Amino acid sequence: MSYTAEHEGAKHAPTRKSSLTQGLLAIWPICVGYIPLGLAMGVLGEKAGLSPLQVGFMSLCVFAGSGQFIAVSMIASGASIAAIVFTTFIVNLRHLLMSSSLAVHYQGVCRKKISVLSYGIVDETFAVNLNQLKKGPWDINKAIVASYAAFFSWVISTTLGCYSGRFIPENAFGLDYALTAMFITLLIFQLNGSIFAITAIIAGVSAVALSLVLPGNAYIIIATLFAATAGVIIKKWRQPLGNH
Amino acid sequence: METTSFIILVLGMGLVSFIPRWVPLFFLSKRELPPLLIEWLELIPVAILSALLLPALVTTGTPRVFNPLSIEMLIAIPTFVFAWFTKSLGGTLVVGMLLYWGAGYVI
Repeated sequence: MSYTAEHEGAKHAPTRKSSLTQGLLAIWPICVGYIPLGLAMGVLGEKAGLSPLQVGFMSLCVFAGSGQFIAVSMIASGASIAAIVFTTFIVNLRHLLMSSSLAVHYQGVCRKKISVLSYGIVDETFAVNLNQLKKGPWDINKAIVASYAAFFSWVISTTLGCYSGRFIPENAFGLDYALTAMFITLLIFQLNGSIFAITAIIAGVSAVALSLVLPGNAYIIIATLFAATAGVIIKKWRQPLGNH
Repeated sequence: METTSFIILVLGMGLVSFIPRWVPLFFLSKRELPPLLIEWLELIPVAILSALLLPALVTTGTPRVFNPLSIEMLIAIPTFVFAWFTKSLGGTLVVGMLLYWGAGYVI
């Protein structure tokens, strides 16, 4: 689509063309992975009473897989706007770290491009861009192409999911399990050492315990802050022993 | 949900999603964060994912009840093994969904 037009224009700017090609080559598995996830999100949106236009508008403005899934389930259960916005903020606050670590690699880059890139930072685009930055130079144009290709895949598949939602019965194709499967995979991607595994176990166990005694979703925030703090303390405590 | 409140909701969600992505890249490109804060922030993603995932697997109903042998948990085990060895997001989604779908027919 729009890439074809940019490809033609790129004849005069070879570096731009290679940015596009390289960006797309790096991100295509994420674009494909977003299709079942986006369709699932669209279907759940339809079940919560949203129109395809509303789902597409939400994906365009928010671009946050897990945040949108949670928001849609909260809409379905009749939560207040303030509660949904606050939960979205907490759930997406983790992107603060991703943005911070990317900032190190893009020092002195034009601030317009920095802002454009920052809109497209989610778990998957961050992981792909960081992986490229580990391998060698990965200029901001490539990072923008990669992030926005994933973004468009997300907007299109969520909207299509909502269109097809009315024809799909409850839990067809196991769609209700899409979020769980995504979280399982993303959790595994995050396990970069024993301290991460320990933190995950603390977070999971304390979240289960808190979820049984606290109503609502507060257990997510409390367990996360508790586990990350405990993780740092355990890391510091183990360091003098020299076996971290 | 009526259109006006939906637009307010989505714009609010968009704003609170964009600010944490934009502020560090825009302002921190030259400043270093305190190392302890970085170490703490590094553990946030794994903690939040685990805190979202595990209660969804082993609790059911409202108010929630502990149910460690739920169908969600039983399907999570092969899904976890598949994700562990393939490291594939799309593949794990499809496998997890198919197993869960199939389990619905068996049980």
